[in-house]
Amino acid sequence: MSLDQPVNDSEIMETEIKVSARGVGVFYGEANALRDVDIDFRQHQVTSLIGPSGCGKSTFLRCLNRMNDTVDGCRVVGSIVLDGQNIYSKDVDPVELRARVGMVFQKPNPFPKSIYDNIGYGPRIHGMATNKTEMDEIVESSLKLAGLWDEVKDRLDEPGTGLSGGQQQRLCIARAIAVAPEVILMDEPCSALDPIATAKIEELIDELRQNYTIVIVTHSMQQAARVSQRTAFFHLGNLVEQGDTEQIFTNPVDDRTQSYITGRIG
Amino acid sequence: MNTLLLIIALLAMTTLAYHVGRKRALASVGGNGHLLHSLPSYHGAYVALWCILPAAIIVFFWLSSENAIINSMMVSSLSLEQQDLSTAEINLILSEIRNIASGAIRSTNIDETKLALADRYGELQFLSTAGLIVVTMGIGAMGLLYSRRFIAPRFRARRWVERMVMGLLIACSIIAILTTIGIVLSLLFEASRFFTKVSPIEFLFGLHWSPQTALRADQVGSTGAFGAVPVFAGTLLITIIAMIVAVPIGLLSAIYMAEYATPHFRSVVKPLLEILAGVPTVVYGFFAALTVGPFIRDLGESVGLNVASESALAAGLVMGIMIIPFVSSLSDDVINAVPQSLRDGAFAMGATKSETIRQIIIPAALPGIVGSILLAVSRAIGETMIVVMAAGLSANFTANPFEAVTTVTVQIVTLLVGDQEFDSAKTLAAFALGLILFIVTLILNVIALTVVRKYREKYD
Ligand SMILES: Nc1ncnc2c1ncn2[C@@H]1O[C@H](COP(=O)(O)OP(=O)(O)O)[C@@H](O)[C@H]1O
Ligand SMILES: [Mg+2]
Repeated sequence: MSLDQPVNDSEIMETEIKVSARGVGVFYGEANALRDVDIDFRQHQVTSLIGPSGCGKSTFLRCLNRMNDTVDGCRVVGSIVLDGQNIYSKDVDPVELRARVGMVFQKPNPFPKSIYDNIGYGPRIHGMATNKTEMDEIVESSLKLAGLWDEVKDRLDEPGTGLSGGQQQRLCIARAIAVAPEVILMDEPCSALDPIATAKIEELIDELRQNYTIVIVTHSMQQAARVSQRTAFFHLGNLVEQGDTEQIFTNPVDDRTQSYITGRIG
Repeated sequence: MNTLLLIIALLAMTTLAYHVGRKRALASVGGNGHLLHSLPSYHGAYVALWCILPAAIIVFFWLSSENAIINSMMVSSLSLEQQDLSTAEINLILSEIRNIASGAIRSTNIDETKLALADRYGELQFLSTAGLIVVTMGIGAMGLLYSRRFIAPRFRARRWVERMVMGLLIACSIIAILTTIGIVLSLLFEASRFFTKVSPIEFLFGLHWSPQTALRADQVGSTGAFGAVPVFAGTLLITIIAMIVAVPIGLLSAIYMAEYATPHFRSVVKPLLEILAGVPTVVYGFFAALTVGPFIRDLGESVGLNVASESALAAGLVMGIMIIPFVSSLSDDVINAVPQSLRDGAFAMGATKSETIRQIIIPAALPGIVGSILLAVSRAIGETMIVVMAAGLSANFTANPFEAVTTVTVQIVTLLVGDQEFDSAKTLAAFALGLILFIVTLILNVIALTVVRKYREKYD
């Protein structure tokens, strides 16, 4: 496994920029929860967003697939460009965008449907499968990618809510993968899981990096160090510092980052 | 009047008792409240409870037995030949005496013995009231003095008070439970008397309902037919019409309110909708009978249909409107109980709002929605006033909503309204119908509540 090896700098520079945010700010009504965030996310890389709770990590993550549109009174400013197109421009349909930018939540939230239908839900609403065979293939390959196939292949008809917490979270990852997204957002995907389930998910994230651009919010610095190549530190609604994970954790530039990773603020 | 004064006096004494207990508790530790085992107010409450509880029990039993005792004393002072009269006639005499005593009958030609009896009655009543006051206040004072002696710094007044309060609560819930059991038993008992006269088979499967029986042997009249199927069918028909109105409107408005409406709109409209549930059913009844029924009849005539002015349709429509808030309010609650995380999950998959509602939220809330519909059905089945006023009385066995039909509740009302013999099959039939109604709504409620509860547990 490559998790513990130091990240090769040249590898990082080679990949292309997938998403680039410029001057992103978020208001909940009058409250300014996020200010002037500039950051790039590169292909085949995992970027961690860290910071004390309430600093705006989830808020920023939800800008990337326009989930904030569903929150009453929430306003986003600035631009977020995905493959050369500003996702906040008028002619982008958030529904199509969300098929390209998948999301996994803090608490596993499988639909109260069968395992099969949980995976099949996205492909069905996006018309990705024309017949049962194609759908079967999507379900199987998604579950395999999420490392869940062997555990559930004999009980695809059972409700997804009947799985263990870790399995449910992998089901949610498989569900996100099923619509063939380009970017996967994860908001503290392991915070409700035990260490073994967490290790499995971390392993999975590292594998998924081959095919996707991944942004993960985490409150665990060890996790950020284990899974990500780049890290961004948020504090009180500001993006304080970003850089290679190695550098952030060994040699942070900003005092606030220093305090946070040494455990003085949090 | 006297009783009211007595209650006020007793409450005043209880207040006094509270202060006495409190004062004494504080005095026992020289004003140093924290040396007491229990707060001074618990000591006060302890003395107060001792003051009021025994006295209240006395008042209750005294008042409930007073009439019977006075009556029997009056009977024993009647003349001997009068004592041999039938109970009904004795009661008549007694009520006459009572009326004389209270001054309701003011006539110059009342015979002497009756006047004397009336005097005696007034005397007995006065004695009883005076006795009640003396005994109650005495018991109250005794309770006060008795319990006062226990007040001491280490006395565990709090535990005693809490135990007494718990006893009180248990007594109240037992009363409620016993009442329910009593109602069920009387229903069972009377229904079983009916089934000795009419076979259950005939009652449950007979197609002809005509409960009028001849009162006298020589009377020309029907012999009575107790096939309840047309009555059940009428209830079913009206309930179906009501649900056809209530379920779509209630459910769709619940979806709108839970998923689309702004919080402000919702906070205004939801209570407004719930006002519908607060309109007295008799108001719905005359709305159905005087407005909707004739309107439907006229409408039917204008397209050449023959509609009775009392039709199942009119009653069902209005009942459906009455039930809307039951469906919408409960469904709104269960839809709101679907966790936000499921909505987020669906949105994040790229589902539109309507897809999310149709494919994720409604299926997740379905058990709860079914529960709310079942509760509404049981409400519709038991509803009486609207159907009495708007559905008619004729027990037609029909599925035509334009005809008059009758329902279980309407039949119970008509069987029991007016003077009745309480042992004729006609009257007892009401209990049999009531029993069936009770069983059906009970089953529906149990299913609905289990379904709703299961659903709640799933997300908590
Ligand atoms: N739906 C919302 N409405 C209003 N304020 C919100 C909402 N969501 C988050 N906030 C506020 O935005 C700030 C950032 O929150 P969040 O992004 O959830 O922080 P994090 O994920 O870093 O813990 C917090 O101060 C929070 O109170
Ligand atoms: Mg968060």
